[in-house]
Amino acid sequence: MPRPDHINDLEDLRMQLSAEHTHFTKTLTFCGGTGCQASGSLSVIDAVKDVLSKEGLDKRVLVRVTGCHGFCEQGPIMVLEPGNIFYCHLTPDDAHDIVIKTVSKGEVIERLLYTDPVSGTKVGTEAEIPFYRAQDRQLLSQNRLIDPCSIESYIVLGGYRSLTKALTEMPPVAIIEEIKASGLRGRGGGGFPTGRKWADCWAAPGDEKYVICNADEGDPGAYMDRCLLEGNPHLVFEGMMIGALAIGARQGYVYVRKEYPLAVKHARVAVQQARELGLLGEHILGSTFSFDIEIARGGGAFVCGESTALMASLEGKVGEPRPKDVHTVVDGLWHKPTTLNNVETWANVPSIIMNGASWFASKGTKGSKGTKILALTGRVKNTGLVEVAMGTPLRTVVFDIGGGADNGRAVKAVQTGGPSGGCLPVDKFDLPIDFEALAEAGSMVGSGGMVVMDEGTCMVDVAKYFLAFLQDESCGKCVPCRLGIDRMLEIISDITEGHGRPEQITLLEDLAETVGETSLCALGKSARNPVLSTLRYFRDEYEAHINQKRCPAGVCKAMVEYAIDPEKCNGCGVCRRACPHGAISGKKKQVHVIDPETCRKCGICQSECKFEAVVIK
Amino acid sequence: MPDFNIDSILEGRRSQPHQLIEVLQDVQDAFGYLPEETMETAARELGVPPIEVYRAAHFYKAFSLTPRGKYVVTVCMGTACHVRGCDLLVDQVLGQLNVKPGETSEDGLFTLECVNCLGCCALGPTVVINGTYYHHMSPGKLRSLIEFTRRNGKEKIAHAQAGPHQ
Repeated sequence: MPRPDHINDLEDLRMQLSAEHTHFTKTLTFCGGTGCQASGSLSVIDAVKDVLSKEGLDKRVLVRVTGCHGFCEQGPIMVLEPGNIFYCHLTPDDAHDIVIKTVSKGEVIERLLYTDPVSGTKVGTEAEIPFYRAQDRQLLSQNRLIDPCSIESYIVLGGYRSLTKALTEMPPVAIIEEIKASGLRGRGGGGFPTGRKWADCWAAPGDEKYVICNADEGDPGAYMDRCLLEGNPHLVFEGMMIGALAIGARQGYVYVRKEYPLAVKHARVAVQQARELGLLGEHILGSTFSFDIEIARGGGAFVCGESTALMASLEGKVGEPRPKDVHTVVDGLWHKPTTLNNVETWANVPSIIMNGASWFASKGTKGSKGTKILALTGRVKNTGLVEVAMGTPLRTVVFDIGGGADNGRAVKAVQTGGPSGGCLPVDKFDLPIDFEALAEAGSMVGSGGMVVMDEGTCMVDVAKYFLAFLQDESCGKCVPCRLGIDRMLEIISDITEGHGRPEQITLLEDLAETVGETSLCALGKSARNPVLSTLRYFRDEYEAHINQKRCPAGVCKAMVEYAIDPEKCNGCGVCRRACPHGAISGKKKQVHVIDPETCRKCGICQSECKFEAVVIK
Repeated sequence: MPDFNIDSILEGRRSQPHQLIEVLQDVQDAFGYLPEETMETAARELGVPPIEVYRAAHFYKAFSLTPRGKYVVTVCMGTACHVRGCDLLVDQVLGQLNVKPGETSEDGLFTLECVNCLGCCALGPTVVINGTYYHHMSPGKLRSLIEFTRRNGKEKIAHAQAGPHQ
């Protein structure tokens, strides 16, 4: 492949690359993201490639392995174009039928089609799937067209065109004004206006400046950044390059979690390929702009998602935050002006530059523009990544896209914004996904995690889960966070263990407010949200734990006792064998019994019993 | 997989203190933990005081100061896995192998590790054993998987190291 030495050369290269693919008449797109790989997609792909070459079709049918499509629950998945035929839950045994029947003869294989869990009917094409249909996939839809390990596939689709536009037509101030006008706000949780951040960094004194991509997606239950970096790394890089051009940076860093090995790998491959093509390095495309990117792996500390802690970590130090009296746009990495944005924020930049600020601002609400990717998980029928215009009601996401509760139990709440967010009850589901609206309701958009909870979820236990998480992840530098979260967890543990006292609720509220007001960084400041939002909307559950020593959801171990219903037990022995603590006895084909003295209340027997004979007393 | 050699890990990174975390990551991957002498070498070669190396080694969850078992059982404790019952999986390992999170079984075969989120939330509860992902886990499935790994471990490991996207 010729190296484009001038801006115009990139268009020539694009045309040449497009011409190289014309002999393919059909394209089989397989998802090779972490989720589908976990479900075995790689062996399916190998099997299909084998059959294709045996049938002599490998020169006419393109097999494209892409990043995550966001519909992980259905994996491994495949789309055939033309025809838009969508198959799911594939196994290597299906390879023969896929090639012989569908690819060669155009027959649709009924058993591989997606079944809509709401209506129970088979869906023929990808476009008709209700999960996708209600979305507005501006960023995610590109993933299924791109092989993340091939810069060519990004270029063919118009990649790096926004960069050339910025290089040739836009002085830094114009780029910053465009981003400002678009109304783009940080997608990592804070929601700070991106354009303002860039303008401050541009105005900061100094020749040496940095851009950073925050891919330390530590929020449990959120994986949109993994999906973007893993599936379309060049899009993120292009955004960073435009940002660097605007603020005057020559060096960028991508700080990515070690827990995302595939994202690390794809980002590294992408850097290498961009360097080889001269899209990273000195004098990019023959211009005066020089820029390079380094990939750094996070060490598994949630607090490193905070900008100052992340920068300390990049400097090779312990990831502790520092006071932000002087903002990082002035005093950031190595005390130089630094612009740090999250993966999704960077990924939005190229299309804003290409299509203009007003195009971006045409979607969304007054204060929150564009689309947002949400990770819809928990107790819903359809789980996966969902991209919707800002302002979409929570109800649409949970019920129309998510299909409602997955097991017949009623949906009780949705937890948004990860450990820094809160739980919102069903009667708040008409709220729009909007930075201000969710914050007013005591939660936040955050990075976009959305965990749906049903009647089997104990809200006190959820608050305890997040407090335990935050206590574990607190770096310990400031007292309110280190000790305050500890004390809150102590109180909540008391409540879930049956030692709760009525006055502890007020104490908990006071503590939560104090920790929120006085902590050094966002980890501590937002630690109150899980506590206060559950107290606000689910106070009756706290009261049941305290006053009646009862866990309404049957989750808190101290308040439940497991027993075997003699009517339903058929003596199969599964529970006896499954119990890791040896607490179940009984002869074959006779009713089994749980010894309450030995029972550790782990609930494994209940999850293993196929006859619903293990009950909670 | 990086080379099992501290010299090759330090190649091109000497006298650059900011490379500390990256170097420790590679050492962790290569040795399965941070041997004391490698931390001393890293301190000397990067120009970082040894106390800072130890501090970083303690601070980041990715690093272990003691050797880990042949098989590392990683249980995802993310929110989505939590509401689908990942606690039961930790109980299962505790009951089956008598190890708590962070501990290694007496025979040195299994280490139990809990992480906050693996980003496979739609497939939870998720467990990873030496790089291979297992989704929709239940205590029963995990019990058989651990037994299977104990018996047929070698092939599993070979599969895991083949890695994605070959």
